[in-house]
Amino acid sequence: MNWEAIIPLLLFLMIISIVGVWASKYVRTTDSFLQEYFLGGRSLGGFVLAMTMVTTYGSASSFLSGPGAAYNEGLGWVLLSMAQLVTGYFTLMILGKKFAVVTRQYKAVTIVDYLKERYQSKWVVIISAISILLFLFSAMSAQWIGGGRLIQSLTGLSYFSSLLIFSISILIYVIIGGYRSIALTDAIQGIIMVFGTLVLLIGVIVAGGGVPQIISDMAGENPNLITPFGAEGTLTPAFVSSFWVLVGVGVVALPQIAIRTMSYKNSRAMHRGIIISTVVVGFIMLNMHLIGALSRPVLPGIEIGDTVMPLVAQEVLPNWLTGIVLAAPMAAIMTTVNSLLLLVSSTIVKDVYLNYIEPTAAENKVRKISMGITTLLGIIVILLSLQPPDLIIWLNLFSMGGLEATFLWPIVLGLYWKTGNKYGAIASMATGVGSYIVFESFYPQPFGMHSVVTSILISLLGYVLVSLVTKGKIKTI
Amino acid sequence: MEENRKQIVERIANREALIGIGLALFNFIWWFGFAYGLGSKDPSEYTYILGFPAWFFYSCVLGFIVMVVILIIVIKKFFVDVPLDEEEKRES
Repeated sequence: MNWEAIIPLLLFLMIISIVGVWASKYVRTTDSFLQEYFLGGRSLGGFVLAMTMVTTYGSASSFLSGPGAAYNEGLGWVLLSMAQLVTGYFTLMILGKKFAVVTRQYKAVTIVDYLKERYQSKWVVIISAISILLFLFSAMSAQWIGGGRLIQSLTGLSYFSSLLIFSISILIYVIIGGYRSIALTDAIQGIIMVFGTLVLLIGVIVAGGGVPQIISDMAGENPNLITPFGAEGTLTPAFVSSFWVLVGVGVVALPQIAIRTMSYKNSRAMHRGIIISTVVVGFIMLNMHLIGALSRPVLPGIEIGDTVMPLVAQEVLPNWLTGIVLAAPMAAIMTTVNSLLLLVSSTIVKDVYLNYIEPTAAENKVRKISMGITTLLGIIVILLSLQPPDLIIWLNLFSMGGLEATFLWPIVLGLYWKTGNKYGAIASMATGVGSYIVFESFYPQPFGMHSVVTSILISLLGYVLVSLVTKGKIKTI
Repeated sequence: MEENRKQIVERIANREALIGIGLALFNFIWWFGFAYGLGSKDPSEYTYILGFPAWFFYSCVLGFIVMVVILIIVIKKFFVDVPLDEEEKRES
């Protein structure tokens, strides 16, 4: 085993757990448990807000498969990844102060809470809760497996022990500390992600003999690698641009991101958050994908994309530094799964249990149930990760686009268009997610674009048309 | 009085959301224009800046920096500090 690399990694996991457990004191002393546990008491400052938004969004895909794709496709994939810059400011600006004011008025703790108050419809609640449970639970399981595998490949321990180390270092603080623990540990891990990617990028550029040298080596191997069109010339402008929807503006509708725009303290925090999160997301995405693209001449012949980053780190950095740098993808995974876990738990506790099973539960009971459900979910995820069922893997493929097609218009138009009503919302959710799964399965890339674009347009049509047709049926609130 | 405050916040929030859409459009046009405007010719005709092909430098590196600078200016000039709930209003 490679102790020089393992010790920094274990140290990192310990520090995260300690900070997370420390932050749980707020949950112990609060007099408003649900607000604190699921939303950090709406008290986040600009820096923590920005970090928790960026890190929750940046997952294993941006840290492992993203660089792998850039390694294979060249600068064209780095171009594609920069479509994500918009997520840094767009979500906070679009949902913005209106969402903050409205959700405070509604005393909403979850996205489903907001939809419930806005549309006053049981069916909207049920469809949203189901799609959150299905899509986010499967996304979380897939990432969880990735976390276990990453520890396994770094330490050489068995998959089972790696999975346990990974699970325990996340579960303890999420269970007892809730949202605030997640946000604070996200902030620390965000810093690690920023510096880790910077160090590795510099390492790669130095090892390759400088940027001009690396670029000319890439062009020498295949001139397409330095064009915007990908190694085989298959990345068309329409296809690459459509990622502005999937991983750009559509991110507004991901519940794990949207929930964060409810959690800031005041509008100054939001203003700072916008600037910081744009800087951080742009920096991380540009660095990460450049690392992948520029690694090609430095370490040729890597077959499995996901291993590009760990292999390159081991190649170009001294051993002790490798451990610190590889804490970055670890952090990327942990910061995503912790938020997903809490969000799934909040859906069960707040949107299902407190809505329909026991609306009058006492504060103490709510506390026990919340922590109990979070624990139970954690255990289920560990068990599923040991032998992932096909259904989880299948659902995970649809997770991001599926959630966007479900929630985009009901959230955004619900906020800005008074005529939008529950019938429109239900129609939008059903046509959005339905058409997305159909397109992805039978007719991927309609019009040369990612199928999420068509589905979002269809669900827009569904929302607007049905809302207009049923206008007379609803008393405006 | 209460209705009045609500309307003001609503107007501010609507304007800021429109600014967000405008910024995203500008961001997209910059990104797309430089990438495919300069990147579509044959790689042998590329010019280079700091070692990167010019299309990449302008679209991805400079575009990132330009967006951050614009954001800082826009937020300083056009984004208004408003109370988000009743309590905050009473405190301040």
